[in-house]
Amino acid sequence: MSEEMTNPAAAAKPAAAAKPTPAKPAAQKAPPLATLTPELLQLQQHFGEAVIAPAPYVGVLVNDLGKLREVMTYVRDQLGYDMLANATAVDYIKEGYIEVVYHPQRSRGGEPLTLKVRVPRGDDPVAPAPVAVPSLVPVYAGAEFQEREIYDMFGVRFEGHPDLRRILTWEGFYGWPLRKDWREPYYEGDTKPFDSRWPGGHHQLAEERVPWHDNVNYPPGFDPLNYQANPDAGLYDTMRSGVPGLDDGSTSNGHAQVAGVGAAVYVLDRNSNLLADEEELRTDQIIVNMGPQHPSTHGVLRMVVKLDGETVTDLKLVLGYLHRNHEKIGERNTWLHNIPYTDRLDYICGLANEFGYVITVEKMMGIKPPERAEYLRVIMAELTRIESHFWAIGFLLNDLGAFYTPALYFITERDLILDLFEAVTGSRLMCNYMRFGGVSRDFTEDQIMRARELAFERIPRKIDELEQLLTDNEIIKARTVGVGYLPAERSINYSLTGPCLRAAGVPYDIRRADPYSIYDRFDFDIPVFYGADVYDRYRVRVAEMRQSVRIVQQALNQLDQTKPGDIQAGKKAYNHRVPAGQAYGRVETPKGELGFYLVSDGGQNPYRYHVRSSSFINLNSLKEMVVGHKVADAVVILGSLDIVLGEVDR
Amino acid sequence: MGLLGTGILKGLGVTLRHFIDTYAEDLKYMLNKSGVQQPRPLRRQSPKVRGLVTVEYPKERLPLPENFRYVPFLVYDTEKQDDKCTSCGICAKVCPPQCIWIVRTEDPVTKRPIPQPKEFYIDTTICMNCGYCAEFCPFDAIKMDHDYELSYYPEQEPSARLVHDKARLTKPDTYHASIHPTDWQRELNERAAEEAKKKAAAEAKAKPAVAGKPSEGNSAAQ
Repeated sequence: MSEEMTNPAAAAKPAAAAKPTPAKPAAQKAPPLATLTPELLQLQQHFGEAVIAPAPYVGVLVNDLGKLREVMTYVRDQLGYDMLANATAVDYIKEGYIEVVYHPQRSRGGEPLTLKVRVPRGDDPVAPAPVAVPSLVPVYAGAEFQEREIYDMFGVRFEGHPDLRRILTWEGFYGWPLRKDWREPYYEGDTKPFDSRWPGGHHQLAEERVPWHDNVNYPPGFDPLNYQANPDAGLYDTMRSGVPGLDDGSTSNGHAQVAGVGAAVYVLDRNSNLLADEEELRTDQIIVNMGPQHPSTHGVLRMVVKLDGETVTDLKLVLGYLHRNHEKIGERNTWLHNIPYTDRLDYICGLANEFGYVITVEKMMGIKPPERAEYLRVIMAELTRIESHFWAIGFLLNDLGAFYTPALYFITERDLILDLFEAVTGSRLMCNYMRFGGVSRDFTEDQIMRARELAFERIPRKIDELEQLLTDNEIIKARTVGVGYLPAERSINYSLTGPCLRAAGVPYDIRRADPYSIYDRFDFDIPVFYGADVYDRYRVRVAEMRQSVRIVQQALNQLDQTKPGDIQAGKKAYNHRVPAGQAYGRVETPKGELGFYLVSDGGQNPYRYHVRSSSFINLNSLKEMVVGHKVADAVVILGSLDIVLGEVDR
Repeated sequence: MGLLGTGILKGLGVTLRHFIDTYAEDLKYMLNKSGVQQPRPLRRQSPKVRGLVTVEYPKERLPLPENFRYVPFLVYDTEKQDDKCTSCGICAKVCPPQCIWIVRTEDPVTKRPIPQPKEFYIDTTICMNCGYCAEFCPFDAIKMDHDYELSYYPEQEPSARLVHDKARLTKPDTYHASIHPTDWQRELNERAAEEAKKKAAAEAKAKPAVAGKPSEGNSAAQ
């Protein structure tokens, strides 16, 4: 069934710029087909053979693109998969198609489904794929940013998408970065390790190795001297629409560009027809750019807000200032190389990211770490959650206007945890601690003592202090209760995960919903609050810190029963080969669901390395939370989402 | 809603308590003559402390944990007067950002490789301090350093570079032993064990072959 979708012409003639890849001894055996779960069987029975077929390795394939939205609606409403956990794509250049992969999941728990569609990738490395995929935004609002990312990275168009623009790169970017035939500046080879390093490795700066003219791909006919960049046109156009009289972008009265201090301000005339009544106060709507350099945006995020007075009436996000194409780097890397890179995704909680990556690769390799390593991983991941929440609450106060003094009290506690990380792993933030089938170092007795001091004495005391200061504080309450409200159904539809979802009354935590590692052994609760506002997001975080302390305490107590030094399954290796296949693994990081969708072709490097980042997808819902609130509240609401731009932009 | 100002008072109270705690702890320490003399930065960073935790870097410095890792260095075996590195290239292969360059020495006549690096570069502007090179080196020849202050004034040190060459990278094993005592002890133990094994093997070889065989069979049976 799947072969019908591939375009034979495209398959026969790989894209022009494709480098003749070193012929791998690719076993041309047909990949094993996925086994169908009851849900997928039901789906297949409902839509028939023409629509659904078991896909290679995992999931089902929707052959009829036209029915995709119908299938997804069925999956959401009849099968109960109410949340789109992940959407991504894989470029199968040899086969000549791009596969778009969806992972819908149930907010009440369980494994996600895998659905795939295929579109021919086309021969032109610059033009988008010839066939568009129907957008799923009407079914799952959380698909908006993810589809934009797929469009940006793979050049797959989504029909019916409300705002299909590039999201991580800029408008006018040449090519589709995650396609296999796209090359980065300073391209050296398709896969690491590079041959130039050994045995004849004379050092050379990348800038010297690649002459300047080869570093940037300009579109054909591009004239750098006369080029006038207007990358924001699309952005402002979409915001201007809906303001009658200004849809054409004419510069009649009231539409003037004003250069503010640090921000470009566009003054828009509000509907002049409706304001015929002279009695009514005439107000102008203005567009203000907050960021990318702004203390409240937690990094280089740019919020474009449309304001009516001080009330936000529309919001658009401009992302990608920290984009480094983490996923492309990940595909160049070997499996092992990627572990330290995951630290740099959400640099506040690096150990949690490593956890997600290694358990996904372990899933594909079919190995399990020894008991002690499991405990050490859990201790580290939960300490990471505590320090990340300390950080989040500290900076929420910053956003509320309590500058730095309270934040620093919490950073003090965080630093004590980081001291432990440094002693154990060698680094405070970029720990690079976990390995496939284990961890890199064992705790010494001193370090266990230190962890005990923290978990049994210091951290509980400090959480109490924090609560005394904040939980009933009238200023906090006045600023946060009822602010940034997003009800449970909308949160789920927006694929919101992490503390923000649990603050809306949805008890969804992957440690319980789809348990991994040894979390089923510990006695802990998933704190849930029902206010769905900034205040409850704060309360969830505090309650979660207490639960994490409980887990760490139990893990430290049970650690004595494991064998010291037994931290690595099998022999320590650096040249892993992962069996051909696909896997989606996820963990609950302090920010939400962190997923890794990995595709292996059996080689030393991942064929596809996708990061489902919670910070990025949580931003989807920011607009709905912010609209109707004041600008100052927009800052607080963004703070309550607790994003890290390293993970948003990747 | 009525804001009575208790929130502000409470917040100021917390700040005041931290302020007082800091001086109280300093005072307590000054009066305590019997206790162990502990440098201020360490005392301040203890989990028991309630006051200020700041350490006045660079005047004060926290001691680094043994596992602390920064840009790697090459270990020079002072006993054998030789580089430990055999230029096998594993560090260059496991390096995630590929910042290690090695030129292997070749015999000028036979063109066969000699286990010694001719050139060795680490580009510290690329190095991500992950520690893989030290972790996977089979010869304990490359270790992570504790020297984290690499910046320099080009006018004052015109020869300094951020791309470290072999001369800059090589440090004696006594230095390695001083910053990594536990790791060094493990190396000594391993070396001793290996030598004992070699000795045993040599002795077994010296004995007649017939005597060796049954003992092997015994050990396998056990």
